[in-house]
Amino acid sequence: MKKDFGWKLIVIVGTLLVFVYGIFGMPGGVSGSALLLALENRIHLGLDLKGGTHLILQVQVNDAVNVDSDNAVEILKAGMRTAKINYAEITKPDPAAHPEQILIKGIPPQSSSDLRTLVQDKLPEYDASSGANNTWTLTMKPTVLTDTKTRAVSQAIETIRNRIDQLGVSEPIIEEHGLGQYQILVQLPGVDDPARVKEVMQSTAMLEIKQELGGPYPSQEAGLQDHGGQLPGDSILLPGHAAPGSTEGQQWYIVSRVSAVRGKDLRDAQPSRDQNGQPSVSFTLSNEGGQRFFNFTSEHVNDSLAVVLDNKVQEVANIKEPIRDRGEISGGRMTEQQAKDLALILRSGALPAGINYLEERTVGPSLGRDSIRAGVRAAIVGMAAVLIFMLVYYRGAGINADVALILNLIILLGFLGFTGATLTLPGIAGVILTVGMGVDSNVLIFERIREELRNGKTPPSAVEQGFHHALTTIIDTHVTTIVSAIILFLFGTGPVKGFAVTLSFGLFANLFTAVFVSRVIFDWVLSHKRVGEALSI
Amino acid sequence: MEFFRNANIDFLGKKWYFIAFSLIFSTAGVLSMLFWHGIPLGIDFRGGTLVYVKYTHPPHEDSLRAALDRVGLHNFRVQPLLGTNEELIDLPQSETTAVGGGEKAIDRGKTEIIHALETTAPAGKQDLNNSSGLAISAYLMQADPLHLGTDAQQRYSAIAQSIANYRDKTKGGVLASFDELTGVVDPAVVASLRDGFFLSDFGVYQVEIVGPQVGAQLRKQAILATVYSLVGMLVYLAFRFEWIYGVAAVITVFHDTLITVGAFSLTNKPISLTVIAAILTLIGYSNNDTIVVFDRIRENLKLMRREKLADIVNRSINQTLSRTILTAGLTFLTVLALFVFGGEVLHGFSFALVIGIIIGTYSSIAIAAPILVAYQDWRSGRNRPQAAVPATAARREKAKAKA
Repeated sequence: MKKDFGWKLIVIVGTLLVFVYGIFGMPGGVSGSALLLALENRIHLGLDLKGGTHLILQVQVNDAVNVDSDNAVEILKAGMRTAKINYAEITKPDPAAHPEQILIKGIPPQSSSDLRTLVQDKLPEYDASSGANNTWTLTMKPTVLTDTKTRAVSQAIETIRNRIDQLGVSEPIIEEHGLGQYQILVQLPGVDDPARVKEVMQSTAMLEIKQELGGPYPSQEAGLQDHGGQLPGDSILLPGHAAPGSTEGQQWYIVSRVSAVRGKDLRDAQPSRDQNGQPSVSFTLSNEGGQRFFNFTSEHVNDSLAVVLDNKVQEVANIKEPIRDRGEISGGRMTEQQAKDLALILRSGALPAGINYLEERTVGPSLGRDSIRAGVRAAIVGMAAVLIFMLVYYRGAGINADVALILNLIILLGFLGFTGATLTLPGIAGVILTVGMGVDSNVLIFERIREELRNGKTPPSAVEQGFHHALTTIIDTHVTTIVSAIILFLFGTGPVKGFAVTLSFGLFANLFTAVFVSRVIFDWVLSHKRVGEALSI
Repeated sequence: MEFFRNANIDFLGKKWYFIAFSLIFSTAGVLSMLFWHGIPLGIDFRGGTLVYVKYTHPPHEDSLRAALDRVGLHNFRVQPLLGTNEELIDLPQSETTAVGGGEKAIDRGKTEIIHALETTAPAGKQDLNNSSGLAISAYLMQADPLHLGTDAQQRYSAIAQSIANYRDKTKGGVLASFDELTGVVDPAVVASLRDGFFLSDFGVYQVEIVGPQVGAQLRKQAILATVYSLVGMLVYLAFRFEWIYGVAAVITVFHDTLITVGAFSLTNKPISLTVIAAILTLIGYSNNDTIVVFDRIRENLKLMRREKLADIVNRSINQTLSRTILTAGLTFLTVLALFVFGGEVLHGFSFALVIGIIIGTYSSIAIAAPILVAYQDWRSGRNRPQAAVPATAARREKAKAKA
């Protein structure tokens, strides 16, 4: 019986070549180091093997909702004034737990329909409902609420990415984490200083330029006293740094409530040095912001302006002449690094909502290397033990199993190279386990063939029957294991996910090698035997 | 070579031994979970701070404890990593959130540990062994030992990186003396580093901090993952075989999981995320074994219609015994390689697999198949005593009809 091996051989060799390419790509040479380099380029190592920082952040999405509902409160007040609706009070009953709710008290019953119309016109994203005692509750529509929250997360991801990019980390992972938990996963290979990462990531630099109206005062009370205990309505009292050279600590300033320039008017910010050679940050404004700044400085020549950063007066300067689009933040005795960080933060914009840290892990590079070494050694020892055993136990057929196993391993690694899936330490364990469990298919088939031979079948029919009977079992066992691997993938994070990936790839590869490749080898061996000659198994 | 030629062991006849064996081990595990070690949870599930410290010399555990005590940390666990100069310090959640902080200061425990261990810190100097490349670079920019011009930023950050790399990769995380750096960077840089830094006798090479919220979330996920994969199997087996096969397989796997978790409780080894991954793998593996036997039972039911189910089951177990033992042996070999050579990080993972493969192999023979027989006996005892194998009766009729 002569079978056509041509196309089968092409399939096998083709697969082998494709997956070897998957592992190495096009190596620069055939020397060991060139191959190793090619391997490192293709197979992505997880953080646990490469070393680095892993953070999970919780975005305080309610912050973003609060911003929105605060804004709605303002719109409501203005609208009710225009529509001449009387009311006693507008509050947010529970900004921490229910930032989406606004409570209006004391609406006269005759104004009900006016209020309804107002909400429909001006605040279509809210639902209004009346309660007892002339109260009304405005609630953000559920779809809008979810949307606001998800947007806060994606904005936070964007902002964090901008900032991390400027730290110069290669291959950072910044993505949403946990289903619907408003969490962000940040993985930075090679970075072992989470404290600094957090500093850059979290600072919410809010830059404003305001008019300075009075100060500095040594204390808050002194500032109030200067105005008879009551600040003018359009001004606020802010803390600030002491004037350079002064020995006093914190100073207080009275500044205008409105800002001439805000952070979003910034076009660029760079670290530089001021006229005293001290580190500073110089910034340029957008056209629109520049125009506003020009108007402001033109009106206030000889007055003072205050550069306010995160509600803290950074610097006070006299306006000598109108300025259009350039400025500088100095003072506060910045260090070089602080100036750089500040410029970076100003450039990349502020986070839309606060963040909390839920998880922080750092792995040093040496530990990662030790892990790789241990994992690879375990893999080699385990693999060798299995290969040798199969040869001893099954003799001729053992070669068959070993070829299938090695091909299985090549396909698995090739998969990793092609898909860019990450190899983690549990992933290496998954590779080892695949070898152990992959050999099961061979054992199943071989034992069955032996059994058929014992029952007096000829070698070709024993092989035929062996594969036929073992196939259903193999499919059943593979399906159940793949089910658990997929569940692991869905629920797992980081290293565990890597394990699930290698395990499932390994099992798929195993179906091909143990069932198809091994069969072809058997048929080929049989085709070279005379009828009735024994099979080495 | 062949190990089990024509094995003919009466497995079902030994069911009382099996039941006794399983009961002893699962009861021991359950008792330990309830009254002794509980279920020891790893950092992933209970939250807290783990700091791995590497010393330049064999560590003095007592002085380490005293140092931590001095900064107000009392409720901690210190574990030497055998054969190395490394120590693992484990702070529970309560210790890191006790004083204000909460989740915002998630790394407070770490900071305090480093602070406590820097016993020799001279005032105003930073610890070179626990400074990042970025911090070293910032210092060099200020000190400017090489009097660099415009490209100072880049040059110093490259120098700082090479110092950090030398420390972490070549020296394994700690420098014992500044002299070691002489060959690595310019002597002027070393001299400047001496001014601004000191060398403590340890370096922190790995930190894991998990907040309480994540712990709860991961616990929930682990339980869900386990339950889903059990349900997935039950459904698949009920679909491929009969529902009692699915139930038998799930009981078997539950038995394996219970004994494996029990082994973690008895030996007080923490259950981490990777251990859960190992347990899920075991669920898959143990099921493999069970399915192989079940497949044979199904096949034999068609061939041997006259025989009693108990005999068929026994026969099927014996026929697949060679495969069962071989596969278990080979998988065990690879897992053993992991356990012996895989290193500290994979210890729990490979321990779970070592235990689980033994139990998983045992249970497919000793638990899963007997459940089928027990169920049939119970049904025939209850319904019609004369029918030996009612569940297959319908099938037999069908087969006859076809023939």
